[in-house]
Amino acid sequence: MGLNQDPVKSVEEQAAERGILTTTVEKMTHWAQKSSLWPATFGLACCAIEMINVTNSRFDLARFGMEVFRASPRQADLMIVAGRVSQKMAPVVRTVWEQMPEPKWVISMGACASSGGVFDNYAIVQGVDHVVPVDVYVPGCPPTPDALLFGILKLQEKITRGLPPKYRELAAAGGPA
Amino acid sequence: MAQGVKTDDLFETGLHSSLSRESMVLNLGPQHPATHGVLRVRLTLDGETVLHAEPVIGYLHTGFEKTAETHTYQQANTLTDRMDYLSPLTNNLAYVLAVEKLMGIEVPKRAQYIRVLFSELSRLGSHLVWLGTHVMDLGAMSVLFYCLRERELILDLIEQTAGVRMNPSYFRVGGLAYDLPEGFHENCQRFLDGFPKWMQSYKNLVQGNPLIEDRLKGVGRLSKEDALALSATGPILRASGVPMDLRKSDPYCFYDEFEFDVPVRTGGDSFDRFWVRMEEMEQSVRIMNQALAKIDPVGAYTTTDRKVSLPPREEIYGNMEALIHQFKLVSGGFNVPKGEVYQGVEGPKGEMGFYIVSDGGARPYRWRARTPSFYNLQTMPTMTRGGLVADVIVAIGTIDIVLGDVDK
Amino acid sequence: MTLITQAPVLDALEARFPGSLEVVPAVDQPTVKAPKEMLLALMDFAKQSLGMSLLVDVTAVDWFPARPRFELVYHLLNPDTMERVRVKSWCHLNEEMPSVMGIWPGADWPERETYDLFGVVFSGRGEVHRIYMPEDWEGHPLRKDYPVAGPRVD
Ligand code: SF4
Repeated sequence: MGLNQDPVKSVEEQAAERGILTTTVEKMTHWAQKSSLWPATFGLACCAIEMINVTNSRFDLARFGMEVFRASPRQADLMIVAGRVSQKMAPVVRTVWEQMPEPKWVISMGACASSGGVFDNYAIVQGVDHVVPVDVYVPGCPPTPDALLFGILKLQEKITRGLPPKYRELAAAGGPA
Repeated sequence: MAQGVKTDDLFETGLHSSLSRESMVLNLGPQHPATHGVLRVRLTLDGETVLHAEPVIGYLHTGFEKTAETHTYQQANTLTDRMDYLSPLTNNLAYVLAVEKLMGIEVPKRAQYIRVLFSELSRLGSHLVWLGTHVMDLGAMSVLFYCLRERELILDLIEQTAGVRMNPSYFRVGGLAYDLPEGFHENCQRFLDGFPKWMQSYKNLVQGNPLIEDRLKGVGRLSKEDALALSATGPILRASGVPMDLRKSDPYCFYDEFEFDVPVRTGGDSFDRFWVRMEEMEQSVRIMNQALAKIDPVGAYTTTDRKVSLPPREEIYGNMEALIHQFKLVSGGFNVPKGEVYQGVEGPKGEMGFYIVSDGGARPYRWRARTPSFYNLQTMPTMTRGGLVADVIVAIGTIDIVLGDVDK
Repeated sequence: MTLITQAPVLDALEARFPGSLEVVPAVDQPTVKAPKEMLLALMDFAKQSLGMSLLVDVTAVDWFPARPRFELVYHLLNPDTMERVRVKSWCHLNEEMPSVMGIWPGADWPERETYDLFGVVFSGRGEVHRIYMPEDWEGHPLRKDYPVAGPRVD
């Protein structure tokens, strides 16, 4: 059977009937990237406990292909900043982020990581975006596991649509990464 | 190094002389999966043997004490949750009891029983996370998933009552934030009835398991004298043979009306600390069963002292004075008489205490949290001296630290 | 509200250090105030003779702009009888406090904390380092003249 048997159907449709899907390389890369994000274990404070809860059987992060939390940042491409970042911790956060291979994404989880939260004081960095470029902010104190899941889905959506990670966006605009 | 040859033998035979006896410094953390957050440990090693393990802390220093000085007394309560975030309600309890003591406020008995119930729920939740993560550090993944499964049920009970899963600030100066929701007794009873079965399943996984017992027995020994001298409290002190539990020996919230045992062991090693906590979980359930039976389904949940407690909703809608009063309390807070007070409670990690100095105003002049993990972590160098690097991980696990509590 | 002004611990301390202690009435536990020159003798007596083997807490209060500026607060506990006592002392800005680390090694960290957050220096122990803030941090955050937001400009 040749591909030109049915003039009404497009080549893609005919291929699909035979179990072949066609796409672009770019789309496929995005699909692969979004379905296997590897988060770095980077728990800081209370929010980290909810981040751990997201992996438990009730919320089951594994459904989205990201249950492999890596202890080493060099094996991870997603950093979930879960908790307040202190002045002493900020350089460490930056180092860990720099150690991650590209492309990489950052989720800022919770009020503290996003804006300092209730701790408007000398000790806490008022938003982790002063230190690393953030892709998705998840509000809450702490965000429920559902909220974090929603944030992760938003990030996946961003990747699927082919939007660049925040640090590339900043670099393209001429700003510091 | 050849097997069976001790380092010291090598030194004596001179085989080692080309390698100087210099020690190696190894850095662990602050981003390390086994340090339970952002603890950093500077290890001085001779081969695999730990000469000195020095915890370096402050990576989560949050400035609670400074921030609290800018808050009203009732607002500052929300900060306490975020210290030991695994057991927020015992922190609440220490704080509200301190302020109540300074103001001389009487809290209805029913509210105190509810406080007892929720403190024990918190303790249970905290111990479950400890058990799961500690055993995971030892290499067994699955226990954590069982523990988290049951902890979800605890969080559900808290969410039903206080509206959020974590950091609920449910206890307020003068009583509680809200009354118990409908159906709470049944839900809580169902949880309590199920717990012994779950507890048994954890025990099945760890009890008599040679892999776990060998990692714990004789590791991280802390003598009674050292424990006291280093200001350790809670399960660490009790595992070293000091039967001090504030719920028994310095009761608050009518804990003296409850029947329960204080698990004490005398070995002072990781194994003893492990089992003190395991037994504590069973005792907590025992207390909760009694507390639940004592709590009437309806009754007062906060003091009627209008100095600190908000007027009831119905009054606010129909009465101008009540509305003004509510507004004043919420926006300006209440004044606390001049003086100072210290109140400690038995948290899951040890003595959680608050020292509050009031200058007579609506905001605390000095707000000091005596957090148990901070003091307990001091015992780590003593515990790990002469052990192996892997034992440091065990020690961190059995000290049961929460970094929010250490660094505050 | 009844204030505690009498307790067996206070009597014992009075008998040992006649006339040099000031009893501070407090709602929660017996409290005494002693000049820092006698602090070590008092603490040693409390531990050896009164069984106060647990140092519960060490902290400070900044009474800026009053003088002396810093009030040091020690909470002690006898774990057998559950008797508690609060010992207070004071020091001026740039004055040193005697360290109680020789009596309770557990005073190490809280003294470092007090140094870090209040700038009270302790003598009679090794060098005191900051514990919470980075080593190069300027200022002592819990002092009353330190802004809540710190050196931040935003
Ligand atoms: S946002 Fe809330 S829960 Fe999260 S780290 Fe901050 S205080 Fe804790």
